[in-house]
Amino acid sequence: MSSEYMSSALPPELARYRDEIRRYAEEYGLDFFETIFEMVDYEQINSLAALGGFPVRYPHWRFGMDYDQLSKGYEWGLQKIYEMVINTDPSYAYLMKSNNIVDQKMVMAHVYGHVDFFKNNTWFSKTNRKMLDTMANHAVKIRNYMDLYGQDTVENFIDHCLSIENLIDPHLPFTAGSKTVREEDEEPRAIEAGRLKSDRNYMDRYINPPEFLEEQRKRQREDRQKLRKNPPTPQKDILQFLLENAPLEDWQQECLSIIRDEAYYFVPQMQTKIMNEGWASYWHSKIMTRRALKDSEVIDFADHHAGTMAMAPGRINPYKVGVELFRDIEERWDKGRFGKEYDDCDDMVAKARWDRQLGLGRQKIFEVRRVCNDVTFIDEYLTEEFVERFKMYTYAFNRRTNQYEITDRDFKKVKEKLLFQLTNMGQPFILVTDGNFQNKGELLLWHKHQGLDLDVRWARETMRALAEIWRRPVNVETEVDGQKKLLTQANGEFSEKFL
Amino acid sequence: MIYNIKRDHARFRSIVKGRIKQDLKKYVTHGEMIGRKGKDTVTIPIPQIEIPRFRFGDKDAGGVGQGEGKPGDPVGQGDEQPGQGEAGNQGADHLLEVDLTLQELAEILGEELELPKIEPRGHKTVKSKTERYTGIASEGPNSLRHFKRTFKEALKRQIATGTYNPERPVVIPVKRDLRYRSWKTEVRHENNAVIIYMMDVSGSMGDEQKEIVRTEAFWIDTWLRSQYKGIETRYIIHDATAREVDEETFFKTRESGGTLISSAYKLCEKIIETDYAPSDWNIYPFHFSDGDNWSGEDTRLCLELMDKSLLNKCNVFCYGQVESRYGSGQFYKDLKEHYGGEHDSVILSKIENKEGILQSIKDFLGKGR
Repeated sequence: MSSEYMSSALPPELARYRDEIRRYAEEYGLDFFETIFEMVDYEQINSLAALGGFPVRYPHWRFGMDYDQLSKGYEWGLQKIYEMVINTDPSYAYLMKSNNIVDQKMVMAHVYGHVDFFKNNTWFSKTNRKMLDTMANHAVKIRNYMDLYGQDTVENFIDHCLSIENLIDPHLPFTAGSKTVREEDEEPRAIEAGRLKSDRNYMDRYINPPEFLEEQRKRQREDRQKLRKNPPTPQKDILQFLLENAPLEDWQQECLSIIRDEAYYFVPQMQTKIMNEGWASYWHSKIMTRRALKDSEVIDFADHHAGTMAMAPGRINPYKVGVELFRDIEERWDKGRFGKEYDDCDDMVAKARWDRQLGLGRQKIFEVRRVCNDVTFIDEYLTEEFVERFKMYTYAFNRRTNQYEITDRDFKKVKEKLLFQLTNMGQPFILVTDGNFQNKGELLLWHKHQGLDLDVRWARETMRALAEIWRRPVNVETEVDGQKKLLTQANGEFSEKFL
Repeated sequence: MIYNIKRDHARFRSIVKGRIKQDLKKYVTHGEMIGRKGKDTVTIPIPQIEIPRFRFGDKDAGGVGQGEGKPGDPVGQGDEQPGQGEAGNQGADHLLEVDLTLQELAEILGEELELPKIEPRGHKTVKSKTERYTGIASEGPNSLRHFKRTFKEALKRQIATGTYNPERPVVIPVKRDLRYRSWKTEVRHENNAVIIYMMDVSGSMGDEQKEIVRTEAFWIDTWLRSQYKGIETRYIIHDATAREVDEETFFKTRESGGTLISSAYKLCEKIIETDYAPSDWNIYPFHFSDGDNWSGEDTRLCLELMDKSLLNKCNVFCYGQVESRYGSGQFYKDLKEHYGGEHDSVILSKIENKEGILQSIKDFLGKGR
């Protein structure tokens, strides 16, 4: 591995630290895949980060764009990547050569936290742990297509696919198999088409000639086929629907399928951003401050730690919120600050002093890291006290003053807004409802409106990409300012009309 | 490892520059070329291509933040810059920005446009003085006091006078022990340069045209400043008559009336004659106009001025024609006819719109003269 990627194995000193930190992590009960650390320089880490952590990806300009930003950011001294770890088994983590020893130790501790999370969090239970190979295979396939059909042709198609790569169903990996397709079940037998009544059986084959009946039956079946909607119920995994129904050539089919696989791979990481970073930060600070830190390293550690935990005004830092929420849960379960009795207690003094000495904290946070994702994490464990302590607020854009302004500090509203941002990863719910809209083979999507309008300009461009894949007109049913609207992209023309 | 990232990178750069995949060009977010300008730094956006997706209208969304403040207070600068959003293309609210010093900016510009380093001409007659703190003096202000040398002197004195006691090593400087850092003035001979901007402010030059000139002048300044130590700029505006103005007036003035380009060239010649001896100075006249001159007679006069005097004195003479709805663009044609497309010291450039600015800068400065 190491020779292939020209990164180098750990020098002996770091290898010793790695063993030490791994031992501490294991003693704390962390349970991780084998983790391989590689030393890389800044250019390598920028490349890797641009490629989503994977050394081999298919050729695409957007990786170049990310690289451009990362390397400019680094060269101009604005940002620097400290750690990167890939969710595979074994896990690969990259250490930056230029970091000092304290940083390396901290990163290692942080990485073990991440890998423990990857291995044990239930939302990761379905991910492909051999993704390193899979991505490399994807790269080979797409490169072959590029040789055959030309780079521009293939890349343009991939561009279109990327426009819709988020139109998948994050819960699908957990429901697959339960959906049984009942093809012939509903065949209504009662009325048999075209059969004339006769009480004389011997006359039947003259009154109702079998050939004629067979023909009628066939026609009826065809009619039903036409009436049956595809998909039968609105479907969230639009990429899957396109794979099954769009008029794609073989190579396009394969490209779309690759984009879909890779999109699904990254879903759990997006679903658990707060938790994952929180968990890793919790453990790096625990391991460092309790065990691994030497006296002489305290300042460097504190400096760096403070840097990662810093809150930019107007944004929430997932590291900070995550780690504090885990600590909060630990404290609450250690002291028994949960359940009906605690919630119903009105005496603020009693509440502040509440300590049942249950000591369940550690056990509880391990449970939380196993079963939750960001949505359930926030929904379940964000408390009013927490929102107050960390000065959280909601903000909105004020058109009158043309700036973003704080709107509220109310717990319920903060929580609601936060959940809304996390639900469906902050993206609109779009489902496919009909693959034969208006009986003309048009595609109909439905935007499940939940209070926020679509950005119509972006929708128009996205639909253009979609129409390239579907090769027939594409429609989106949505709501604009409370009115139902149909957006249509047909033959290069975009139109909208009220319904 | 991963060397194919370089290929992806090159491909991205080509798309941004519009060389390939033109249909993606519309998703490139550039924003304004000059962002907000601090004292010595500018904010410039990094080009990005956004892949279209279904998404919510940004301004509606809002979000959750952390920090001080009460309802109604503006939220501190997050990744979205209110007010900045209107500039450039759709989706500009996701603009990436960086702060750079002008020096860095010039380097990036040079790299981006592959500009050659300028070969200065003339003698290095212009003296520039720099002061360097290399010496030691026994007089000086307290802020320059050299502690180590002062105590060394004190120690020497105490040993010489026998008051130094190694058992109890206390060294106390008195007034004559005090030593101070002092400077030496170094004289260096440098190439010096002057940029003379001329702009047509007649009625046909609108705000949009001026904005183009302003942006272009900013970049030319930035580049030339990175090439020459000391640089002077002079500004001339003209309609039927020409006058010298300061920078602010230059970009703000709007006159009406006719255009006599020769008036500006005459003034330019006069400024050079009085202040900038061509043997000592690198001289860069830039003239921007929409190409509408009053008469053919005046154009002939201009050509004569250039041939007889200006061209002999300047490194290059640059004429930038900004497209406007009212201008005929005749002057460009006349110059082109007279000097041809590839003249050594006359550079002509047409700037159709804001997008054309970079190309035009490249035209002007790409020769390295």
